[in-house]
Amino acid sequence: MSRNTKINVLLLVLVAALAVLPLALGLGDHKKEPFTGSDGEAETAITEIEPDYKPWFSPLYEPPSGEIESALFSLQAALGAGVLAYYFGLRRGRRQGEQRALERAAASQDRDTAEESTVERA
Amino acid sequence: MHIAEGFLPPAHAVAWGVASAPFVVHGARSLTREVREHPESTLLLGASGAFTFVLSALKLPSVTGSCSHPTGTGLGAILFRPPVMAVLGTITLLFQALLLAHGGLTTLGANVFSMAIVGPWAGYAVYKLLRRFDVPLMVAVFFAAFFADLSTYCVTSVQLALAFPDPGSGFLGALGKFGSIFAVTQIPLAVSEGLLTVLVMRLLVQSSKGELTRLGVLLAEKRSRTEAGAEAVTR
Repeated sequence: MSRNTKINVLLLVLVAALAVLPLALGLGDHKKEPFTGSDGEAETAITEIEPDYKPWFSPLYEPPSGEIESALFSLQAALGAGVLAYYFGLRRGRRQGEQRALERAAASQDRDTAEESTVERA
Repeated sequence: MHIAEGFLPPAHAVAWGVASAPFVVHGARSLTREVREHPESTLLLGASGAFTFVLSALKLPSVTGSCSHPTGTGLGAILFRPPVMAVLGTITLLFQALLLAHGGLTTLGANVFSMAIVGPWAGYAVYKLLRRFDVPLMVAVFFAAFFADLSTYCVTSVQLALAFPDPGSGFLGALGKFGSIFAVTQIPLAVSEGLLTVLVMRLLVQSSKGELTRLGVLLAEKRSRTEAGAEAVTR
């Protein structure tokens, strides 16, 4: 593995560790429902501060179940990851193509200079 | 940072909408100008939007025992300046409001203000400041993404505290309450976002040198092509 790749892998490992540690250390154990979303907790806090507050508008569409919701969330992540992967794949391919073209050009140039020097020597 | 649908009183919802609108309109203009003048940057623009899409779908556990998600807006703000991110962030928030019942249309203005406006500007300001003091690129990128992420959640806390001041302790009491829910949870996630943004920037440096140089992220290479060519010939 090149040094570059090693650093990239290390970055990913760090992110994974940051995500796994709270779970592994049981940092959610003090809660009735561990690891709920902070957005939902804010809603609870609002109703604590203002028990009478009623949301005055409801979502136009609500995923009918947790499964559908997680499916749509994965769709969002997949779309994003797909576009990112396309970008980097395309770039890599282009770079390799350019490199090959450069090598070919350099090779033919070398041949030219070699021919020139033989002409000079003669 | 998503304030749920209907959870901001109408006056607040309208005020945040009015505050956000000019930024999004201005952003849409800069986005179309960028695409018209540099059609080759469309792909990288797409990739920046995609990064926000992925990261804001990624709910991660945090030290407080609750889950939250990064925002992914720092990268695009560094590459294309913050106005463009006002548009890309709004698209992401609309997707989530319409399909996922996450956030909402009445709270869109407030959510756009925190995630698509303040976040990118805070990240960009940190990036510019650090670069001015010759801080290495990747360190600046890390802190830009970190602050873009964290500032978004601080703004959400302020927005909610303004709308729902605590009956006893007032605005500050409510700010403490919402801040402990959002901002504290977000600190390790902001670190993750910083690391992921550095990773993507490293990949970009490897793959898109020309593009990054044009956008001013990388300095123009000192070795010109003719010198490189001359070296190739002498070899």
